[in-house]
Amino acid sequence: MLTNVDWLSTLAPFVVLAAMVIMLRRAGRTPLWSEAFRRLRRNPLAMISLAVISLYAAVAVLDSISWRTSKTDDFRTLLQRIAERPKERTYSAPYATVTTGEPEPHPLNEKHLLGTDGVGNDVVYLTLRGCRTALILGGLTSLIATPLALMFGMLAGYFGKWADDAVLYINQVLSSIPSILLLVALMMVLGKGVLQLCIALGVTSWVSLCRLSRGETLKHREREYVRAARALGLSHTRILIRHILPNLLPLVIISVTLGLSGLVLAEAILSYLQLGVPPEVGSWGNMINGARVELAREPVIWWGLASASGALFVLVLAFNVFGDALRDAVDPRLRTG
Amino acid sequence: MLRYIIRRLLYAIPILIGVSLATFVLFNVVATPEQIAKKNLSSKNPTPEQIQEWLKDHGYDKPLPVRFKDHMTEVMLFKFGKSDATDEDIWGMIKVGVGPSVSLMVMVLIAGTFVDLTVALFVAYFRGTYIDAWGLFLCVLLMSISYVVYLITGQFMLGRILKYYPSSGFREGADVWKFLLMPAAIGVVSSLGQYTRLYRTFVLEEMNQDYVRTARAKGVSEDRVLFGHVLKNAAIPILTSVVTQIPLLLMGSLLLESFFNIPGIGGMTVDAIFSQDFAVVRAMVFLGSVLYIIGYILTDISYALVDPRVRLG
Repeated sequence: MLTNVDWLSTLAPFVVLAAMVIMLRRAGRTPLWSEAFRRLRRNPLAMISLAVISLYAAVAVLDSISWRTSKTDDFRTLLQRIAERPKERTYSAPYATVTTGEPEPHPLNEKHLLGTDGVGNDVVYLTLRGCRTALILGGLTSLIATPLALMFGMLAGYFGKWADDAVLYINQVLSSIPSILLLVALMMVLGKGVLQLCIALGVTSWVSLCRLSRGETLKHREREYVRAARALGLSHTRILIRHILPNLLPLVIISVTLGLSGLVLAEAILSYLQLGVPPEVGSWGNMINGARVELAREPVIWWGLASASGALFVLVLAFNVFGDALRDAVDPRLRTG
Repeated sequence: MLRYIIRRLLYAIPILIGVSLATFVLFNVVATPEQIAKKNLSSKNPTPEQIQEWLKDHGYDKPLPVRFKDHMTEVMLFKFGKSDATDEDIWGMIKVGVGPSVSLMVMVLIAGTFVDLTVALFVAYFRGTYIDAWGLFLCVLLMSISYVVYLITGQFMLGRILKYYPSSGFREGADVWKFLLMPAAIGVVSSLGQYTRLYRTFVLEEMNQDYVRTARAKGVSEDRVLFGHVLKNAAIPILTSVVTQIPLLLMGSLLLESFFNIPGIGGMTVDAIFSQDFAVVRAMVFLGSVLYIIGYILTDISYALVDPRVRLG
């Protein structure tokens, strides 16, 4: 069904990055956002979390640039060239000199900061590879779902009548399926893969965004500035894009940012259900899932779980903190408490 | 009241039709029966004849419109048929699973609400102080940990390090709570951050109301304001969020049940996912939606029962 999408997942990080840069540059010119950015800059926690997110993004970009030196060679990414270590025989503890879990420990080629996994891969390298998948899931999903949600929500809210009924009906149907079951059903049908996961997550996250933008459009439709624009004879498209959309964007961007952490976390749950990304793609969910057996071993293999869940935790925490800070900066009235 | 409930139930019908339409499209059009058959038989390396036979056995060989009609009538009458993988009756499987699922759910719900609310009130009591700020930060920390990590490390900590026994499984009888204690504890801790933050917001919203100022002006002590006046009014949104959790929990304990080998509905669904059992997953998606819609209706009704200002029209 969706097999020849390698080129898309190669391009994805750049598309996400370009979209973010363009959005930030355009937003910086408007008074609302430049004021918000000023408030954000004064918030040290927000700046730290932004730095953390950028660090993850940098690793993801390193993992997306690949080339080969000769025709017979495989494509190797920049991250692979920098961080990949020669394979060991099997498990080894962090900073150990011999392997673990063998009757007779073998000496290692070199010391590994976070040890190695069952087939001898360096855990640091495996963890770094997860960055790209996690950020593609968050970024690409938002990039797919947000414009669609905005379009349907605004059309429904602005034109009302049957357009509203239709969108609302689809929305209600999708939102009355528990999201975890909808995700499971979609992934079973679409099959494993990064792009498939993005589509499935997009379908589930589309619903709430669409409802939000519908409600907001409904509110703005009756405002004076929209009536004035209509009285001046502007077309509906122009009113929607030039007048209503800019007023929706702050709320939409906040809710997308707050939703990012959920998207990244969903991958781990789906990996547990064996519906995540295929094993050859680096992913924290698969690493965490693999740790279930590793923890039952003697001696306990804890480093795989610790580094994957640590990396996931830090990224999600950064998204959460940054999302909260962004919300407070854009609209202090929405502050919790 | 009765008229309102009946009307809400009638409104649910078109939504349910939509849900069954969505499941039909997903499992018959997006994934064709041939693909389903191949996935189910993949271990046996099937010949085309075997696939045809499997399709016939499971009723997938009819033309699309006929299948559509069958699907709609069966689902609407709650006839889920047989499992694709084991040929068991799906209703029978659900009946077996309800008991363990409900007992786990009740434990998680009661303990969870109690703990979340206590922590939220504690944090709200010290609002604006360092305790509040650190409590909130702790909530964000707890929210940032993956559910799967909670499960894996929770079982490891309690089972391997604290030597709690039994660390998984289920047995009916007087000592059933022993089996449920650990999954319930992990379920409570994993949702602690999220709900504490939510309940704190509800409590603080009430704190800014005029009646609180009036009570304070009359010299009511801070404790009585919080527990006597604010808590009563904050109970409405809190109750709503608790009621909406009920159907969610029945399905939401998917991972919890499967991880601790509890033979409930959630565990059964996960097994169906593992064995590519599309019939069971299809039934579960529909049943989950029914529970969800019932949850929403219950929420509205409970809202009206608790808050006399809400008029049902």
